[in-house]
Amino acid sequence: MNNLLVAENIVKTFGDYKALNNVSIEVPKGSIFGLLGPNGAGKTTLIRIINQITMPDQGLVTLDGEPLKPDHIKDIGYLPEERGLYKSMKVGEQALYLAQLKGLSNAEAKKQLKYWFDKFEIGDWWNKKIQELSKGMAQKIQFIVTVLHRPKLLIFDEPFSGFDPINANMIKDEILKLRDDGATVIFSTHRMESVEELCDHITLIHESNKILDGKLIDIKREYRSSIFEVGLITENKAQVSQNLKEKFSISDATFKTINDELKFNIKIENGSSANELISHLTSQGELTHFVEVIPSVSDIFIQTVQNN
Amino acid sequence: MNHLGLITKREFLNKVKNKSFILMTFLSPLIMVGVFTLVYYLTQLNNDKVRTISVLDESQLFADEFVDTKNTKYDLLESVSLDTAKKIVQEAGTYGLLYIPKGASVDAIADKIKFFSEDSPSLIVMDKIEDKIEEKARNIKLKNSGLDAEIVNSLKVKISTNLETFEGEKTSKIGSGLKLAAGGIAGYLLFMFIIIYGNMIMRSVIEEKTSRIIEVIISSVKPIQLLLGKIFGTSLAGITQFLIWVVLGGILLSIIPAIFGIDVVGSQVEQQQEMLNQVANNSAAQDKMGMLFQEIQNLPLANLIVMFIFFFIGGYLLYASLYAAIGAAVDNETDTQQFMLPIIMPLMLAIYVGFFTVIENPHGTVSQVFSYIPFTSPVVMLMRIPFGVPIWQQLISLALLFGTFFLTVLFAAKIYRVGILMYGKKPSYKELIKWLKY
Repeated sequence: MNNLLVAENIVKTFGDYKALNNVSIEVPKGSIFGLLGPNGAGKTTLIRIINQITMPDQGLVTLDGEPLKPDHIKDIGYLPEERGLYKSMKVGEQALYLAQLKGLSNAEAKKQLKYWFDKFEIGDWWNKKIQELSKGMAQKIQFIVTVLHRPKLLIFDEPFSGFDPINANMIKDEILKLRDDGATVIFSTHRMESVEELCDHITLIHESNKILDGKLIDIKREYRSSIFEVGLITENKAQVSQNLKEKFSISDATFKTINDELKFNIKIENGSSANELISHLTSQGELTHFVEVIPSVSDIFIQTVQNN
Repeated sequence: MNHLGLITKREFLNKVKNKSFILMTFLSPLIMVGVFTLVYYLTQLNNDKVRTISVLDESQLFADEFVDTKNTKYDLLESVSLDTAKKIVQEAGTYGLLYIPKGASVDAIADKIKFFSEDSPSLIVMDKIEDKIEEKARNIKLKNSGLDAEIVNSLKVKISTNLETFEGEKTSKIGSGLKLAAGGIAGYLLFMFIIIYGNMIMRSVIEEKTSRIIEVIISSVKPIQLLLGKIFGTSLAGITQFLIWVVLGGILLSIIPAIFGIDVVGSQVEQQQEMLNQVANNSAAQDKMGMLFQEIQNLPLANLIVMFIFFFIGGYLLYASLYAAIGAAVDNETDTQQFMLPIIMPLMLAIYVGFFTVIENPHGTVSQVFSYIPFTSPVVMLMRIPFGVPIWQQLISLALLFGTFFLTVLFAAKIYRVGILMYGKKPSYKELIKWLKY
């Protein structure tokens, strides 16, 4: 059993509106799974179905091979995008309450809370009310209560919103650590650079349909364009450019270097290899820069969504 | 699931620890008793003022009627003209001048009696004066027609019907009043309780929505658990507050008069004494007092108290679930208005039916029907019970009430489940019906 969570052919309609149309996902154990899509695509609906907040009209969700049941609540930690805490309740009481709702005993919850409060060095917040905390501070508490019961599956919807870069980094490290400790993470965000950094699998949902799915690295391979950034020092710039233009399809490039070079994006035609290009280039001058242009998740996202 | 217990506990503690709740709990009885005391004090203050009324009685017939009392002094003017009398009174600044002219007959005089004063005189004062003159005029007329006033008085028959049920229980009009009061208080208490604490539940649902914690909670517990926990927790807090009010109010009401030296009991006794004296020659007075106590004992008190508890719980829960559904359907309190009408209407109807129809005919068709309809039965049935309602009727009504409660909870839970995750739009009734199908 390699997948922790499997959702098969999920259909969900609200009145006349189809929020999810036959969407299936497979989340491998121990992975960080990016659930991507434009606003209103149906991500939150899918997440809510996984959390048993709403029921699917059709389709089946299994966790660890078992169909979802109420008891699974304690195996899932969910940080919703629309999140908040009771404003007039004290931090400690509130965290205890939420932990107990997840099935922890009072003593166990206290122990776990102490661990996290020490770790984040916020022990003195225990008796403060949420409304006395800054937004970032409240977000930390929210993160703690999400992971406190050590769930198998963690679902983060825009986890970094409201954090400054330092704290965002800290949370990112914690997420990675939780993954290393065996948790599986579903991660929904619009910040593509964090997807790039964290996710090993992604699924792209657009207008209620799944339009892209798989290992990030495979998807990138699929979307590779065989374009290379090239920097070349040569005395006779005009002549060299002319020569290159005749042999390859090239376009201007804008990467930054420290020399005064010729800069191009060169696309290799099918059948020719990078080596052939390099040997040609070295014959023309001194090659200082040669990098394959890998499509960013952002590019893939935009391209796929627009094509659909 | 012990989640329900957890939620109930949190809701209860959260309400009870709230500063404004604590303040309201302890301040309200103080304010109430304070206002009460103030009003009482002010009326006393007014009563203590002695007013002087000048009387110019040219007919010489009524002079001996105007005997000074504690609050009113009569100053009899003699052998002055009306104009001089007016001047004297104006200069002296007394309350007013009563002018009784000469006349051929009592009737002629009566038509011409005038009262002069700076401002309009108090109605009570005028009533008293008119009573005195009427009494005297009647006596004079009786005398003129050769009858003895004493004899005429002794010829009066005072009727007070003795009421009795077929089972032989003695009842009386006092009893009916008492029953009405017992039922009315019970019904009205329930009405107030529903409105105050129903609103509290609604606000607490809205608060969860606006603070956006709802999705966190709902990923851990079922919406219906949250809904029920909220209703139970808030109700417990409400009952706590209510009990504190009753106890505190009772203590204050017995302490304050002592502190301020207001002799509430004393003056009441005095009034009662006066009343008794007035009807002293009527031996029925003694009977009446006895009857009152008899009637209190005759009230189906045990029945009323037990049913009060059940109808209270049932009626409250029924409306509380509706309040919660409304809270879930909207984003903020201003949007609740359109949905409040269907809640307030049956409640108001119940109160009106209770206070008008039940008084008129406690067992009439209208009263009966409304004491079965679950949305009005708690109030109407509670008002009917003191008049004696067969237990089976009460039980049917109760069963209907609790049955409807379970239906409304299911209905509320549906609205709640969808509503708590809906933001940004003000739903219409049409939309709510759509939610029920989700």
